[in-house]
Amino acid sequence: MEPIIEFKDFSFKYRAQVEPTLRDINLSIMPGEKVLIVGPSGSGKSTLAHCINGLIPFSYTGDITGTLKVQGKNPADMSLFGLSKIVGTVLQDTDGQFIGLTVAEDIAFALENDMVPQEELFTRVDEVAEMVDVKKLLDNAPGELSGGQKQRVSMAGVMVDNVDILLFDEPLANLDPATGKRAIAMIDEIQKKKKATILIIEHRLEDVLYRDVDRIIVVGDGRIVADTTPDELLTTDILKEQGIREPLYVTALKHAGCRLLPTDAPSHIESMKLDPYRQSVRDWFATAKRKKGKAETESVLKVEDLYFSYVEGKPILQHIQFDLRRGEMISIVGKNGAGKSTLSNLICGFYKPTRGRILLHGEDISPLSIKERGERIGLVMQSPNQMISKPMIFDEVALGLRVRGIPEEEIRERVNRTLKICGLYPFRNWPVSALSFGQKKRVSIASILVMNPEILILDEPTAGQDYRHYTEIMEFLKEINESLGITIIMITHDMHLMLEYTDRAIVIADGHLIADDTPAKVLTNEEIADKAYLKKTSLYDLAVNCQIEDPSEFVERFIAYERENRMLKENPADV
Amino acid sequence: MSKILSYEEKDTWIHRLSGVSKLIFFLLWCLTSMLTYDTRVLIVMVIFSLVIFKISKTEWKQVGAVFKMVMLFLSLNVIAIFLFSPNQGTHIYGTRTVLFHIAGPYDLTGEQLFYELNVIIKYFTVIPAVFMFLVTTNPSEFAASMNKVGISYNVGYAISIALRYIPDVQGEFTKIKHAQEARGIEMSGKASLISRIKNTASIIFPLIFSSMDRIDTVSNAMELRGYGKHKKRTWYAEKKLKRNDYLTIAFSVLFTVVALIITFADGNRFYNPFV
Repeated sequence: MEPIIEFKDFSFKYRAQVEPTLRDINLSIMPGEKVLIVGPSGSGKSTLAHCINGLIPFSYTGDITGTLKVQGKNPADMSLFGLSKIVGTVLQDTDGQFIGLTVAEDIAFALENDMVPQEELFTRVDEVAEMVDVKKLLDNAPGELSGGQKQRVSMAGVMVDNVDILLFDEPLANLDPATGKRAIAMIDEIQKKKKATILIIEHRLEDVLYRDVDRIIVVGDGRIVADTTPDELLTTDILKEQGIREPLYVTALKHAGCRLLPTDAPSHIESMKLDPYRQSVRDWFATAKRKKGKAETESVLKVEDLYFSYVEGKPILQHIQFDLRRGEMISIVGKNGAGKSTLSNLICGFYKPTRGRILLHGEDISPLSIKERGERIGLVMQSPNQMISKPMIFDEVALGLRVRGIPEEEIRERVNRTLKICGLYPFRNWPVSALSFGQKKRVSIASILVMNPEILILDEPTAGQDYRHYTEIMEFLKEINESLGITIIMITHDMHLMLEYTDRAIVIADGHLIADDTPAKVLTNEEIADKAYLKKTSLYDLAVNCQIEDPSEFVERFIAYERENRMLKENPADV
Repeated sequence: MSKILSYEEKDTWIHRLSGVSKLIFFLLWCLTSMLTYDTRVLIVMVIFSLVIFKISKTEWKQVGAVFKMVMLFLSLNVIAIFLFSPNQGTHIYGTRTVLFHIAGPYDLTGEQLFYELNVIIKYFTVIPAVFMFLVTTNPSEFAASMNKVGISYNVGYAISIALRYIPDVQGEFTKIKHAQEARGIEMSGKASLISRIKNTASIIFPLIFSSMDRIDTVSNAMELRGYGKHKKRTWYAEKKLKRNDYLTIAFSVLFTVVALIITFADGNRFYNPFV
């Protein structure tokens, strides 16, 4: 059989860059295969995808050496349109790629462009809508859909063209864990039904492995570092070296000193052969130390019996109450649209609660204006692009102080101090546009920190970041939490984040607070995880399988161990 | 989210009409209204406009806010005409019936009043038609209809895409505004007008940058799905022309022709009651 995609000694250099982004790629993908492509940001995995779907060379130009064949033809000899009949691409931004005013029109888009007569449009749209289960939504506008539904519409929109290759560019990036799981199941079903070739680009490896993939290709620094089966790959250290997170149970097994073999089938915890390892896991658990609890501190923010609704009779939040202590780092979790953002909007004063009170140091903050609250409770938005409005870094960080009429001398001093804390001092005279995404994120955090808030609220601080950037941002937040004693609230659906970095998780589902407990307890409780569209952690399955009586304690010790290891690696001299 | 002047699904024969026939009616109607100053024709048009407005079951809350704006503009327009050319009526109708003297060069003449009355009536012939067209035509069908009457589908699609993303951009705007207000940028009435204008920049720039990201994604998504491949495209939302559509188009053409014949029968576009 002929490969459907074949790279031979392929290299690519963007026109604006000096170094090639892809080097010496040799890769064949057979028709009907399901392949996962992983790699850290900037490794070239998206460039690889652009070469396959034709955005290179048709939208992004550069120098190509070597050959690439898609269905036996060189993409450069076809047009982007010709290629779009073979490769269907589902982009990661579920909102941005929704083009039509309704679901039906969006699905029909590719066919409309191909001048398919209207009667045929109706039947084909119906068929494919049925397949991805959005038939009831055909007349809905994009604003009325959930993230998962939008993604299914995007899938339908490319499948309607009967493409042979489906390319998914980070399909899980904007989805909560349970919806992500459903998306992976849906991709699997489609592959089985349509016998299509599937390429998935993603760095959330464990979530993709929820269903089988035939092969995993690891891309690092523009080259293919590994091209092997999942079982084979998980027994090596390649993922760790490339800065990609392994499935947590695999890491735990490695901590327990187990040497995994491909024959153990480690790609699924449910079916993996654990017999040889149970004892070592139990031994490790017995010796591992528990996370040190933080000392009890006084209450900073207290939410009392909070209710909110836009329209009477349709409550968005009901009876929310919790107490936040100084220096805590907590997460607010729950599925998209559960009311997490509404809660932060209420705390910041953008909305007024229908009932209930918010107390800061025991004082009701309802009389405070948005600006006054902003001095004590800082809000950092998801994307730094949503905040940065000055061209120079110094001015951006100084903005909040300048509008408050603070003397220029004091501003200079406070901004410089903040820039030092954030590791941005050497760049203080740079334009913001010269910074990387992670550095911009720091600028947006610095511009809030400079006002000395007591509480920092961050909306999805790590969305779309790979493991290395994720760790970088989170370690930075941990540091300011510990050194400045700032209380941090993070709104997230990243379960790793809540598990690894937060002391407590507040779980919201359908407007109710359904849990306020340690993340380890939340993520080992099936009922709560289900209700909040979270996914229970695979560490739980491992612990249960190894007959460990207290799975949440196992999770706690795992996290403590991980932290200690990481600190050892970073500051070996300190210990 | 505000629903002003946006399409609302209702079951009337006007809603069931294809966008093409409504667009043709709308264009011819506006053309006639622009050309004619014949009071008799205009009065017939006003009555007819109000009737179809009623039939289309358009509610006041859908159009009220915009109507008030139009009224304000109309008043300004009428006053401005009088201030800048108080003798336009005399000039047109050839006679001068002074009702009373106001000041300086300003006399109130019957001719001027009649002329300005015609201007006001003209507004009222078009306003209900515009409203009715906007609230009864599905925007995607609108793009399809524009293409059908010969306008490039790029134009139609640009409008359609704009409508698609307006709610998203509005949402983004609110988010950014909130975040900047929390940083201390005052956008409420407390700040002076000048500082408010200055402060707008701190919302506009982030909005532009995040919209740029969006544009990049959208254009890639469109290209990857074959947009612009052919000179023509088909439309999912297009409605086939039915009997009522042909009747509407025929009526529109006929009405325009008759109205223009009546208007120009006496050699100019004005109806003159003064001779």
